[in-house]
Amino acid sequence: MSRRSDFPLLVANPGLHYLDSAATSQKPSVVLDALRNFYETANANPHRGAYALSVAATDAYDGARQKVAGFVGVADPDCLIFTRGTTESLNLIATSWGRTNLEAGDEIIVTALDHHANFVPWQQLAISVGATLRICEITSEGRLDLDCFAQFLSPKTKLVAVGHVSNALGTINPIKEIVAMVRERTDAVIVCDGAQGVPHLRVGFDELGVDFYAFSGHKMCGPMGIGGLIGKRELLEAMPPYQMGGDMVEFVYDDRTTWNVLPHKFEAGTPNAADAVGLAAAVGYLEGIGMDEVLRHERSLVAEASERLSQIEGITIYGPPAAERSGVVSFTLGDVHPHDLATILDGDGICIRAGNHCAQPLMRRLDVSATARASFYVYNEKSDIDALVEGVLKAKEIFGHAVV
Amino acid sequence: MPSSDRSAQIGALYQEMILDHYRRPRNKGELERADESVLMKNPLCGDEIGVQVRFDGDVVSDLSFSGRGCSISQASASMMTQLVKGKKLEEVEALRSKFRDMVMGDAQAADDSALGSARALSGVCKFPARVKCALLAWNALETALAKRTE
Ligand SMILES: Cc1ncc(COP(=O)(O)O)c(C=O)c1O
Repeated sequence: MSRRSDFPLLVANPGLHYLDSAATSQKPSVVLDALRNFYETANANPHRGAYALSVAATDAYDGARQKVAGFVGVADPDCLIFTRGTTESLNLIATSWGRTNLEAGDEIIVTALDHHANFVPWQQLAISVGATLRICEITSEGRLDLDCFAQFLSPKTKLVAVGHVSNALGTINPIKEIVAMVRERTDAVIVCDGAQGVPHLRVGFDELGVDFYAFSGHKMCGPMGIGGLIGKRELLEAMPPYQMGGDMVEFVYDDRTTWNVLPHKFEAGTPNAADAVGLAAAVGYLEGIGMDEVLRHERSLVAEASERLSQIEGITIYGPPAAERSGVVSFTLGDVHPHDLATILDGDGICIRAGNHCAQPLMRRLDVSATARASFYVYNEKSDIDALVEGVLKAKEIFGHAVV
Repeated sequence: MPSSDRSAQIGALYQEMILDHYRRPRNKGELERADESVLMKNPLCGDEIGVQVRFDGDVVSDLSFSGRGCSISQASASMMTQLVKGKKLEEVEALRSKFRDMVMGDAQAADDSALGSARALSGVCKFPARVKCALLAWNALETALAKRTE
């Protein structure tokens, strides 16, 4: 069964093989329709107007929050803050929680596997408060080295930041195991970057046990510019606001201000209601497929792509075995630079990512400057793999037999 | 999007000459007694190219490049060193601007024999995402020359 027909961009470009969903996914028509429908039927400023249309906008926005909260498994929807996406969510925690709770001598653990968005905010926080940054190393298979992680845990550990799924390699991290290790030894707050988690896995925030979880709508069939931060209520309530302005206040006196309740305290200004509604439609779309099926579908494509690519002489595939990854195949072809590979594939309508994948610390550890990455999602099919394999063979031919 | 045009453009981009300079770069490595040395990064891909230059009066008497990157950036650097070695500063500047025009799509520049083997890179203009790669070494050279005249 082909889901390509649900995606107008793919329908309009039959020869296009979109293999860059880890960067951003394509959008199904139900999401585009939801956006248009919001603006055509419910557009007003939520929370602010005493008229029916504003109430409709508010209801649409609140309804979107409930729907998305249900999908990511948080029973209390007020603990889901809408943000621009993962990057903003992580910066919110680093600024609001980090600057209030960390001081010189404290320790932060991050990982060498993570995206810059879950690395740089913590590195800079550590620099500014005088905390120590510990970087959990990876194994030769591209998994987190849990022995290394365990060695870093101490009463000084105040924050642990770990990705759910690596965007560069597709490694799925054992979050529950990590949470258990942290809880046993420290009182640290655990932040999980779920940018590659929510689109591919069934995520249950309440069971997962982390304190904060960040994700982006645009990687899960939703619009750009909307995402979420989920946090435990007691932490969110104790944190100062991140941005000041309308909606996030309760009483504004001449000399002080009190804050609105959750989630509004962290949603200053006019909210991105239309994109929240679009994200809720994306959730509906994914629920229609079922997250187990989403992962099964991706895994079967990743397994086949990995198998066929690995038969090509000169190919190196990075990361754990295909059966343990999400929808990513990260690879290099001999001395053919990934950018050259991407250009040659682009010539045949195959979109892959080439570069450091916003993970320079990881690239240094893999001892490469870049890799080529094909990433798969619900609309990809076997024909995309055929095109990819053919394109790689063509690149190999262009660069001559001496692929070393 | 795919088309037979695009395939031909790919063929024109990855000519034998470019692959040859990529595999067997000329003037790569450390330059002894360099007067200026500049390191340039392409933030998009993290590739970096260093250019080292020695001057004799107003002549670029010798130069070399270092670093790693894609075939376009490496071949461009290699060809550039061959092209400007022994040239006067003003000639180098004229070549730089001509090369720039060429990779931006100026057909006249692409026809100018003054650019020598670097004309093999004229196909880059069809690939806007790769123009930066072709210009990386030239930008490093420009910075090195600017530092000298400071
Ligand atoms: C693992 C991971 N973390 C964070 C991000 C940043 O997400 P965004 O750019 O949507 O804020 C991405 C995507 O680029 C990602 O893949």
